[in-house]
Amino acid sequence: MAASGNQEVTLLGVRLSPFVIRVGIALNIKEVQYEFLEEILSAKSELLLKSNPVYKKVPVLIHDGKPICESMIIVQYIDDVWTRSGTTLMPTDPYQKAMHRFWTVYLDDKFEPSLYNLTMSQTEAAKAEAEEQTMAVLQLLEEAFVKMSNKGKPFFGGDTIGYLDIAIGSYLGWMRATEEIIGLKLLDDARIPLLCAWAENFCNNEAVRNVSPEIMKIVEYAKFLRSKYTPPPAK
Amino acid sequence: MERSPSSLKLFGSWASSYTHRVQLAMKLKNIQFEYIEEDLANKSEALLQFNPIYKKVPVLVHNDRPIAESVIILQYVDEVWSDRPVLPTDPYERSVARFWCHFADDKLGPAVGAVFASSGEVQKAAVDQVHENLALIERELREGFFKGKKFFGGESIGLLDIVLGCGSYWLAVFDEVMTDVKLVDPEALPLFHAWLREFEALDEVKETIPAVDKLLEYAKAVRQMLLGMSNNATADSPTATASASATAPVPDITVDS
Repeated sequence: MAASGNQEVTLLGVRLSPFVIRVGIALNIKEVQYEFLEEILSAKSELLLKSNPVYKKVPVLIHDGKPICESMIIVQYIDDVWTRSGTTLMPTDPYQKAMHRFWTVYLDDKFEPSLYNLTMSQTEAAKAEAEEQTMAVLQLLEEAFVKMSNKGKPFFGGDTIGYLDIAIGSYLGWMRATEEIIGLKLLDDARIPLLCAWAENFCNNEAVRNVSPEIMKIVEYAKFLRSKYTPPPAK
Repeated sequence: MERSPSSLKLFGSWASSYTHRVQLAMKLKNIQFEYIEEDLANKSEALLQFNPIYKKVPVLVHNDRPIAESVIILQYVDEVWSDRPVLPTDPYERSVARFWCHFADDKLGPAVGAVFASSGEVQKAAVDQVHENLALIERELREGFFKGKKFFGGESIGLLDIVLGCGSYWLAVFDEVMTDVKLVDPEALPLFHAWLREFEALDEVKETIPAVDKLLEYAKAVRQMLLGMSNNATADSPTATASASATAPVPDITVDS
Protein backbone atom coordinates (compact mmCIF):
# COMPACT_ATOMS: atom_id res chain seq x y z
CA MET A 1 0.00 0.00 0.00
CA ALA A 2 1.77 3.17 -1.17
CA ALA A 3 1.11 6.33 0.79
CA SER A 4 0.05 9.32 -1.26
CA GLY A 5 2.36 12.31 -1.50
CA ASN A 6 -0.31 14.50 0.10
CA GLN A 7 -0.03 12.86 3.49
CA GLU A 8 2.24 14.95 5.66
CA VAL A 9 5.28 13.37 7.22
CA THR A 10 7.06 15.18 10.03
CA LEU A 11 10.02 13.95 12.04
CA LEU A 12 10.61 15.50 15.45
CA GLY A 13 14.20 15.03 16.48
CA VAL A 14 17.71 16.20 17.12
CA ARG A 15 20.27 15.66 14.38
CA LEU A 16 22.90 14.05 16.57
CA SER A 17 20.70 11.34 18.08
CA PRO A 18 21.32 7.81 16.74
CA PHE A 19 17.64 7.06 17.33
CA VAL A 20 16.58 9.97 15.17
CA ILE A 21 19.17 9.05 12.53
CA ARG A 22 17.56 5.60 12.28
CA VAL A 23 14.28 7.13 11.20
CA GLY A 24 15.97 9.49 8.77
CA ILE A 25 17.76 6.59 7.07
CA ALA A 26 14.53 4.60 6.74
CA LEU A 27 12.67 7.58 5.28
CA ASN A 28 15.50 8.23 2.83
CA ILE A 29 15.64 4.62 1.66
CA LYS A 30 11.91 4.79 0.96
CA GLU A 31 12.34 8.22 -0.71
CA VAL A 32 9.71 9.76 1.52
CA GLN A 33 9.56 13.55 1.60
CA TYR A 34 9.41 14.78 5.16
CA GLU A 35 9.77 17.85 7.30
CA PHE A 36 12.38 17.76 10.03
CA LEU A 37 11.60 19.76 13.16
CA GLU A 38 14.67 20.23 15.33
CA GLU A 39 13.87 19.96 19.02
CA ILE A 40 15.77 21.62 21.86
CA LEU A 41 15.86 18.89 24.48
CA SER A 42 15.99 21.34 27.39
CA ALA A 43 12.93 23.16 26.01
CA LYS A 44 10.75 20.56 24.33
CA SER A 45 8.03 21.77 21.99
CA GLU A 46 4.33 21.50 22.76
CA LEU A 47 4.03 19.29 19.70
CA LEU A 48 6.58 16.84 21.05
CA LEU A 49 5.03 16.73 24.51
CA LYS A 50 1.60 16.20 22.99
CA SER A 51 2.81 13.58 20.51
CA ASN A 52 4.83 11.52 23.01
CA PRO A 53 3.24 12.17 26.40
CA VAL A 54 4.49 8.86 27.81
CA TYR A 55 8.24 9.29 27.23
CA LYS A 56 8.52 12.90 25.97
CA LYS A 57 11.44 11.80 23.78
CA VAL A 58 12.63 12.02 20.21
CA PRO A 59 12.28 10.65 17.62
CA VAL A 60 8.58 10.98 16.94
CA LEU A 61 7.22 10.49 13.45
CA ILE A 62 3.96 12.23 12.70
CA HIS A 63 2.22 10.80 9.65
CA ASP A 64 -1.07 12.25 8.57
CA GLY A 65 -1.53 13.74 12.03
CA LYS A 66 -0.84 10.48 13.88
CA PRO A 67 2.25 10.12 16.08
CA ILE A 68 4.48 7.05 16.16
CA CYS A 69 7.12 6.74 18.89
CA GLU A 70 10.21 4.57 19.58
CA SER A 71 12.83 4.50 16.83
CA MET A 72 12.63 0.87 15.70
CA ILE A 73 8.83 0.82 15.98
CA ILE A 74 8.89 3.84 13.65
CA VAL A 75 11.27 2.03 11.28
CA GLN A 76 8.90 -0.96 11.15
CA TYR A 77 5.97 1.38 10.54
CA ILE A 78 7.81 3.06 7.67
CA ASP A 79 8.57 -0.37 6.20
CA ASP A 80 4.92 -1.42 6.49
CA VAL A 81 3.51 1.75 4.93
CA TRP A 82 5.94 2.56 2.09
CA THR A 83 6.31 -0.64 0.16
CA ARG A 84 8.05 0.31 -3.09
CA SER A 85 9.82 -2.76 -4.39
CA GLY A 86 13.53 -3.04 -3.73
CA THR A 87 13.27 -1.05 -0.49
CA THR A 88 12.03 -3.57 2.05
CA LEU A 89 13.88 -3.27 5.33
CA MET A 90 12.61 -6.45 6.99
CA PRO A 91 13.41 -9.80 5.42
CA THR A 92 10.42 -11.88 4.29
CA ASP A 93 11.46 -15.01 6.18
CA PRO A 94 9.95 -15.03 9.70
CA TYR A 95 13.07 -16.52 11.27
CA GLN A 96 15.33 -13.90 9.69
CA LYS A 97 12.89 -11.24 10.93
CA ALA A 98 13.17 -12.65 14.42
CA MET A 99 16.98 -12.45 14.19
CA HIS A 100 16.85 -8.79 13.11
CA ARG A 101 14.51 -8.06 16.01
CA PHE A 102 16.51 -10.03 18.57
CA TRP A 103 19.85 -8.39 17.78
CA THR A 104 18.20 -4.97 17.80
CA VAL A 105 16.79 -5.63 21.29
CA TYR A 106 20.20 -6.87 22.44
CA LEU A 107 21.94 -3.87 20.90
CA ASP A 108 19.78 -1.29 22.64
CA ASP A 109 19.89 -3.28 25.87
CA LYS A 110 23.64 -3.90 26.08
CA PHE A 111 25.53 -1.84 23.51
CA GLU A 112 23.92 1.56 24.04
CA PRO A 113 24.72 1.74 27.78
CA SER A 114 28.29 0.44 27.30
CA LEU A 115 29.00 2.90 24.51
CA TYR A 116 27.54 5.72 26.57
CA ASN A 117 29.65 4.75 29.58
CA LEU A 118 32.71 4.59 27.34
CA THR A 119 32.02 8.02 25.82
CA MET A 120 31.58 9.50 29.28
CA SER A 121 34.43 7.63 30.98
CA GLN A 122 36.90 9.84 32.77
CA THR A 123 38.97 7.34 34.74
CA GLU A 124 41.15 4.48 33.49
CA ALA A 125 38.99 1.96 35.37
CA ALA A 126 35.73 3.26 33.90
CA LYS A 127 37.24 3.33 30.42
CA ALA A 128 38.60 -0.23 30.69
CA GLU A 129 35.31 -1.69 31.90
CA ALA A 130 33.21 0.12 29.29
CA GLU A 131 35.65 -0.75 26.51
CA GLU A 132 35.52 -4.45 27.40
CA GLN A 133 31.70 -4.47 27.44
CA THR A 134 31.49 -2.54 24.17
CA MET A 135 33.97 -4.80 22.39
CA ALA A 136 32.16 -7.91 23.69
CA VAL A 137 28.97 -6.77 21.96
CA LEU A 138 30.81 -5.94 18.75
CA GLN A 139 32.38 -9.39 18.79
CA LEU A 140 28.95 -11.02 19.04
CA LEU A 141 27.66 -8.84 16.21
CA GLU A 142 30.65 -9.87 14.08
CA GLU A 143 29.65 -13.51 14.59
CA ALA A 144 26.00 -12.73 13.91
CA PHE A 145 26.97 -11.01 10.67
CA VAL A 146 28.49 -14.23 9.36
CA LYS A 147 25.23 -16.09 9.97
CA MET A 148 22.89 -13.40 8.76
CA SER A 149 24.52 -11.76 5.77
CA ASN A 150 23.95 -14.82 3.66
CA LYS A 151 27.16 -15.77 1.92
CA GLY A 152 29.23 -12.63 1.79
CA LYS A 153 26.57 -10.03 1.05
CA PRO A 154 27.34 -6.50 2.24
CA PHE A 155 24.58 -6.02 4.82
CA PHE A 156 22.75 -7.88 7.61
CA GLY A 157 19.77 -7.41 5.32
CA GLY A 158 21.61 -9.01 2.39
CA ASP A 159 22.11 -6.94 -0.75
CA THR A 160 20.39 -3.89 0.66
CA ILE A 161 20.28 -2.13 4.02
CA GLY A 162 17.84 -3.78 6.41
CA TYR A 163 16.29 -3.29 9.82
CA LEU A 164 19.32 -4.44 11.83
CA ASP A 165 21.76 -2.54 9.61
CA ILE A 166 19.87 0.64 10.47
CA ALA A 167 19.76 -0.23 14.18
CA ILE A 168 23.52 -0.75 14.44
CA GLY A 169 24.63 1.72 11.79
CA SER A 170 22.96 4.61 13.58
CA TYR A 171 25.60 4.28 16.32
CA LEU A 172 28.60 4.56 13.97
CA GLY A 173 28.93 8.34 14.26
CA TRP A 174 29.04 8.16 18.05
CA MET A 175 31.46 5.25 17.89
CA ARG A 176 33.85 7.27 15.75
CA ALA A 177 33.45 10.30 18.01
CA THR A 178 34.19 8.14 21.05
CA GLU A 179 37.31 6.73 19.39
CA GLU A 180 38.45 10.31 18.90
CA ILE A 181 37.71 11.54 22.42
CA ILE A 182 38.81 8.48 24.41
CA GLY A 183 41.70 7.56 22.13
CA LEU A 184 41.00 3.94 21.23
CA LYS A 185 39.92 1.89 18.26
CA LEU A 186 36.49 0.25 18.34
CA LEU A 187 36.18 -0.41 14.62
CA ASP A 188 39.37 -2.41 14.68
CA ASP A 189 40.07 -4.21 11.44
CA ALA A 190 42.17 -6.80 13.24
CA ARG A 191 39.41 -7.79 15.67
CA ILE A 192 36.15 -7.19 13.76
CA PRO A 193 37.07 -7.15 10.05
CA LEU A 194 33.59 -7.99 8.77
CA LEU A 195 31.91 -5.24 10.78
CA CYS A 196 34.54 -2.76 9.59
CA ALA A 197 33.83 -3.64 5.96
CA TRP A 198 30.10 -3.51 6.71
CA ALA A 199 30.50 -0.06 8.32
CA GLU A 200 32.21 1.30 5.25
CA ASN A 201 29.44 0.02 2.96
CA PHE A 202 26.82 1.39 5.30
CA CYS A 203 28.32 4.85 5.61
CA ASN A 204 28.88 5.16 1.86
CA ASN A 205 25.18 4.65 1.17
CA GLU A 206 23.51 7.86 0.08
CA ALA A 207 20.45 7.40 2.28
CA VAL A 208 22.79 7.21 5.26
CA ARG A 209 25.21 10.00 4.26
CA ASN A 210 22.33 12.41 3.98
CA VAL A 211 21.49 12.18 7.70
CA SER A 212 24.93 11.48 9.16
CA PRO A 213 26.27 14.37 11.23
CA GLU A 214 29.91 15.46 10.94
CA ILE A 215 31.95 13.56 13.46
CA MET A 216 33.39 16.78 14.88
CA LYS A 217 29.90 18.00 15.75
CA ILE A 218 29.31 14.81 17.73
CA VAL A 219 32.71 15.14 19.38
CA GLU A 220 31.87 18.71 20.39
CA TYR A 221 28.53 17.68 21.88
CA ALA A 222 30.00 14.63 23.61
CA LYS A 223 32.67 16.82 25.23
CA PHE A 224 29.90 19.09 26.50
CA LEU A 225 28.07 16.08 27.97
CA ARG A 226 31.31 14.85 29.54
CA SER A 227 31.79 18.17 31.29
CA LYS A 228 28.41 17.73 32.98
CA TYR A 229 28.70 14.02 33.64
CA THR A 230 28.65 12.54 37.14
CA PRO A 231 29.24 8.80 37.22
CA PRO A 232 26.62 6.70 39.05
CA PRO A 233 27.47 5.67 42.64
CA ALA A 234 29.64 2.54 42.89
CA LYS A 235 27.55 -0.63 43.54
CA MET B 1 2.03 -25.38 7.50
CA GLU B 2 4.16 -27.22 9.98
CA ARG B 3 2.19 -28.63 12.91
CA SER B 4 4.32 -31.56 14.03
CA PRO B 5 4.87 -31.40 17.81
CA SER B 6 8.42 -32.75 17.68
CA SER B 7 9.66 -29.83 15.58
CA LEU B 8 8.27 -27.21 17.96
CA LYS B 9 9.47 -26.89 21.55
CA LEU B 10 8.91 -24.24 24.16
CA PHE B 11 11.29 -23.90 27.08
CA GLY B 12 9.53 -22.15 29.92
CA SER B 13 8.82 -21.86 33.60
CA TRP B 14 5.42 -22.38 35.24
CA ALA B 15 5.46 -19.06 37.12
CA SER B 16 6.89 -17.01 34.27
CA SER B 17 4.41 -14.54 32.81
CA TYR B 18 6.66 -14.28 29.75
CA THR B 19 6.24 -18.02 29.18
CA HIS B 20 2.47 -17.67 29.63
CA ARG B 21 2.38 -15.10 26.83
CA VAL B 22 3.68 -17.66 24.37
CA GLN B 23 1.52 -20.48 25.74
CA LEU B 24 -1.59 -18.30 25.42
CA ALA B 25 -0.80 -17.40 21.81
CA MET B 26 -0.24 -21.09 20.98
CA LYS B 27 -3.58 -21.95 22.55
CA LEU B 28 -5.43 -19.23 20.66
CA LYS B 29 -3.92 -20.44 17.40
CA ASN B 30 -4.38 -24.11 18.27
CA ILE B 31 -0.71 -24.93 17.73
CA GLN B 32 0.67 -28.19 19.11
CA PHE B 33 4.08 -28.06 20.71
CA GLU B 34 6.29 -29.80 23.24
CA TYR B 35 6.66 -27.93 26.52
CA ILE B 36 9.82 -28.22 28.58
CA GLU B 37 9.68 -26.95 32.17
CA GLU B 38 12.94 -25.36 33.25
CA ASP B 39 14.20 -25.20 36.81
CA LEU B 40 15.47 -21.64 36.78
CA ALA B 41 17.86 -22.33 39.64
CA ASN B 42 19.39 -25.14 37.62
CA LYS B 43 19.06 -24.34 33.92
CA SER B 44 19.40 -27.13 31.40
CA GLU B 45 22.26 -27.43 28.91
CA ALA B 46 19.67 -27.21 26.16
CA LEU B 47 18.35 -23.84 27.36
CA LEU B 48 21.86 -22.43 27.72
CA GLN B 49 22.68 -23.65 24.24
CA PHE B 50 19.52 -22.19 22.71
CA ASN B 51 19.71 -18.84 24.50
CA PRO B 52 23.40 -18.26 25.22
CA ILE B 53 23.04 -14.47 25.25
CA TYR B 54 20.36 -14.10 27.91
CA LYS B 55 20.05 -17.67 29.28
CA LYS B 56 16.36 -17.04 29.95
CA VAL B 57 12.93 -18.47 29.31
CA PRO B 58 10.87 -18.49 27.22
CA VAL B 59 12.72 -19.85 24.21
CA LEU B 60 10.88 -21.29 21.26
CA VAL B 61 12.77 -23.85 19.17
CA HIS B 62 11.27 -24.45 15.76
CA ASN B 63 12.99 -27.02 13.55
CA ASP B 64 16.08 -26.72 15.79
CA ARG B 65 16.25 -22.93 15.38
CA PRO B 66 15.81 -20.95 18.60
CA ILE B 67 13.89 -17.72 19.05
CA ALA B 68 14.20 -15.80 22.34
CA GLU B 69 12.38 -12.80 23.86
CA SER B 70 8.64 -13.24 24.35
CA VAL B 71 7.42 -10.37 22.15
CA ILE B 72 9.73 -11.52 19.34
CA ILE B 73 8.44 -15.08 19.73
CA LEU B 74 4.83 -13.84 19.59
CA GLN B 75 5.48 -12.01 16.31
CA TYR B 76 7.30 -15.03 14.88
CA VAL B 77 4.44 -17.36 15.79
CA ASP B 78 1.93 -14.92 14.29
CA GLU B 79 3.89 -14.80 11.03
CA VAL B 80 4.38 -18.55 10.67
CA TRP B 81 0.89 -19.64 11.80
CA SER B 82 -1.43 -17.11 10.26
CA ASP B 83 -4.72 -18.52 11.61
CA ARG B 84 -6.30 -16.38 14.33
CA PRO B 85 -3.88 -13.43 14.00
CA VAL B 86 -2.59 -11.71 17.10
CA LEU B 87 -1.08 -8.59 15.51
CA PRO B 88 -3.36 -5.99 13.90
CA THR B 89 -3.13 -5.75 10.11
CA ASP B 90 -3.12 -1.96 9.94
CA PRO B 91 0.43 -0.51 10.18
CA TYR B 92 -0.59 2.29 12.52
CA GLU B 93 -2.49 -0.05 14.84
CA ARG B 94 0.55 -2.29 14.87
CA SER B 95 2.80 0.58 15.88
CA VAL B 96 0.46 1.49 18.73
CA ALA B 97 0.29 -2.13 19.96
CA ARG B 98 4.09 -2.44 19.75
CA PHE B 99 4.56 0.85 21.59
CA TRP B 100 2.45 -0.22 24.57
CA CYS B 101 4.13 -3.64 24.62
CA HIS B 102 7.43 -1.81 24.87
CA PHE B 103 6.01 0.38 27.66
CA ALA B 104 4.75 -2.70 29.53
CA ASP B 105 8.19 -4.32 29.59
CA ASP B 106 10.27 -1.15 29.82
CA LYS B 107 8.35 0.74 32.53
CA LEU B 108 5.41 -1.10 34.06
CA GLY B 109 7.04 -4.49 34.57
CA PRO B 110 10.18 -3.18 36.30
CA ALA B 111 8.09 -0.85 38.49
CA VAL B 112 5.91 -3.74 39.68
CA GLY B 113 9.02 -5.83 40.27
CA ALA B 114 10.52 -3.02 42.32
CA VAL B 115 7.40 -2.91 44.51
CA PHE B 116 7.69 -6.60 45.16
CA ALA B 117 11.40 -6.54 45.94
CA SER B 118 11.37 -3.59 48.35
CA SER B 119 9.70 -2.15 51.42
CA GLY B 120 9.39 1.16 53.23
CA GLU B 121 10.18 4.38 51.40
CA VAL B 122 11.70 2.64 48.36
CA GLN B 123 8.55 0.60 47.96
CA LYS B 124 6.31 3.66 48.31
CA ALA B 125 8.16 5.34 45.46
CA ALA B 126 7.82 2.19 43.34
CA VAL B 127 4.09 1.98 44.07
CA ASP B 128 3.70 5.60 42.89
CA GLN B 129 5.51 4.63 39.67
CA VAL B 130 3.11 1.73 39.12
CA HIS B 131 0.10 3.97 39.68
CA GLU B 132 1.48 6.55 37.24
CA ASN B 133 2.11 3.86 34.62
CA LEU B 134 -1.33 2.28 35.00
CA ALA B 135 -2.91 5.74 34.82
CA LEU B 136 -1.33 6.20 31.39
CA ILE B 137 -2.93 2.97 30.21
CA GLU B 138 -6.24 3.97 31.81
CA ARG B 139 -6.12 7.24 29.89
CA GLU B 140 -5.66 5.42 26.56
CA LEU B 141 -8.68 3.30 27.41
CA ARG B 142 -10.74 6.29 28.48
CA GLU B 143 -9.97 8.87 25.81
CA GLY B 144 -7.11 7.63 23.63
CA PHE B 145 -6.52 5.03 20.99
CA PHE B 146 -8.30 2.19 22.83
CA LYS B 147 -11.40 4.18 23.77
CA GLY B 148 -14.56 2.10 23.66
CA LYS B 149 -12.77 -1.19 22.94
CA LYS B 150 -13.47 -4.35 24.89
CA PHE B 151 -9.90 -5.49 24.51
CA PHE B 152 -6.76 -3.73 23.24
CA GLY B 153 -7.10 -6.00 20.20
CA GLY B 154 -10.73 -4.97 19.66
CA GLU B 155 -13.49 -7.55 20.03
CA SER B 156 -10.97 -10.31 20.75
CA ILE B 157 -7.58 -10.32 22.44
CA GLY B 158 -4.45 -9.41 20.52
CA LEU B 159 -0.75 -8.87 21.06
CA LEU B 160 -1.08 -6.13 23.65
CA ASP B 161 -3.76 -7.99 25.65
CA ILE B 162 -1.47 -11.01 25.78
CA VAL B 163 1.57 -8.97 26.81
CA LEU B 164 -0.19 -6.81 29.40
CA GLY B 165 -2.53 -9.51 30.60
CA CYS B 166 0.17 -12.08 31.23
CA GLY B 167 1.85 -10.02 33.91
CA SER B 168 -1.11 -8.03 35.20
CA TYR B 169 -2.46 -11.07 37.02
CA TRP B 170 0.44 -10.58 39.44
CA LEU B 171 -1.01 -7.23 40.51
CA ALA B 172 -3.90 -8.76 42.47
CA VAL B 173 -1.56 -11.43 43.86
CA PHE B 174 0.88 -8.79 45.13
CA ASP B 175 -1.96 -6.72 46.59
CA GLU B 176 -2.92 -9.83 48.57
CA VAL B 177 0.61 -10.70 49.69
CA MET B 178 1.59 -7.17 50.66
CA THR B 179 -1.49 -6.00 52.52
CA ASP B 180 -0.43 -2.38 52.95
CA VAL B 181 0.04 -1.97 49.19
CA LYS B 182 -2.74 -1.42 46.67
CA LEU B 183 -1.59 -1.60 43.08
CA VAL B 184 -4.96 -1.74 41.35
CA ASP B 185 -7.74 0.36 42.84
CA PRO B 186 -10.89 -0.36 40.78
CA GLU B 187 -12.14 3.15 41.55
CA ALA B 188 -8.99 4.86 40.34
CA LEU B 189 -8.57 2.53 37.33
CA PRO B 190 -12.09 1.42 36.37
CA LEU B 191 -11.38 0.67 32.70
CA PHE B 192 -8.09 -1.13 33.32
CA HIS B 193 -9.75 -3.14 36.06
CA ALA B 194 -12.68 -4.04 33.79
CA TRP B 195 -10.36 -5.05 30.94
CA LEU B 196 -8.32 -7.27 33.29
CA ARG B 197 -11.46 -9.02 34.57
CA GLU B 198 -12.63 -9.65 30.97
CA PHE B 199 -9.18 -10.97 30.06
CA GLU B 200 -8.99 -13.29 33.05
CA ALA B 201 -12.51 -14.63 32.36
CA LEU B 202 -11.52 -16.02 28.94
CA ASP B 203 -11.27 -19.80 28.80
CA GLU B 204 -7.91 -19.77 27.04
CA VAL B 205 -6.51 -17.47 29.72
CA LYS B 206 -7.88 -19.57 32.57
CA GLU B 207 -6.26 -22.61 30.99
CA THR B 208 -2.89 -20.85 30.68
CA ILE B 209 -2.39 -18.91 33.90
CA PRO B 210 -1.73 -21.00 37.03
CA ALA B 211 -4.35 -21.12 39.76
CA VAL B 212 -4.38 -18.11 42.07
CA ASP B 213 -3.58 -20.16 45.17
CA LYS B 214 -0.41 -21.52 43.54
CA LEU B 215 0.62 -17.99 42.54
CA LEU B 216 -0.08 -16.71 46.05
CA GLU B 217 1.95 -19.48 47.65
CA TYR B 218 4.84 -18.81 45.29
CA ALA B 219 4.70 -15.03 45.74
CA LYS B 220 4.56 -15.32 49.54
CA ALA B 221 7.63 -17.56 49.56
CA VAL B 222 9.64 -15.27 47.31
CA ARG B 223 8.59 -12.19 49.27
CA GLN B 224 9.72 -13.85 52.52
CA MET B 225 13.05 -14.65 50.97
CA LEU B 226 13.51 -11.12 49.64
CA LEU B 227 12.67 -9.57 53.00
CA GLY B 228 14.95 -12.05 54.74
CA MET B 229 17.82 -11.12 52.43
CA SER B 230 17.25 -7.42 52.90
CA ASN B 231 17.79 -7.87 56.64
CA ASN B 232 21.49 -7.87 55.81
CA ALA B 233 21.13 -4.18 55.02
CA THR B 234 18.37 -1.74 55.93
CA ALA B 235 15.19 -2.52 54.04
CA ASP B 236 15.05 0.98 52.59
CA SER B 237 18.54 1.09 51.15
CA PRO B 238 19.01 0.76 47.40
CA THR B 239 21.74 -1.84 47.94
CA ALA B 240 19.30 -4.10 49.75
CA THR B 241 16.81 -3.86 46.93
CA ALA B 242 19.50 -4.28 44.30
CA SER B 243 21.08 -7.34 45.88
CA ALA B 244 17.70 -8.87 46.61
CA SER B 245 16.41 -8.53 43.10
CA ALA B 246 19.71 -9.58 41.59
CA THR B 247 19.76 -12.99 43.18
CA ALA B 248 16.18 -13.94 43.99
CA PRO B 249 13.94 -15.65 41.47
CA VAL B 250 11.42 -12.84 41.71
CA PRO B 251 8.17 -13.55 39.87
CA ASP B 252 9.49 -12.45 36.55
CA ILE B 253 7.25 -9.62 35.67
CA THR B 254 10.41 -7.58 35.33
CA VAL B 255 12.53 -9.72 33.05
CA ASP B 256 12.27 -12.95 31.11
CA SER B 257 13.83 -15.31 33.61
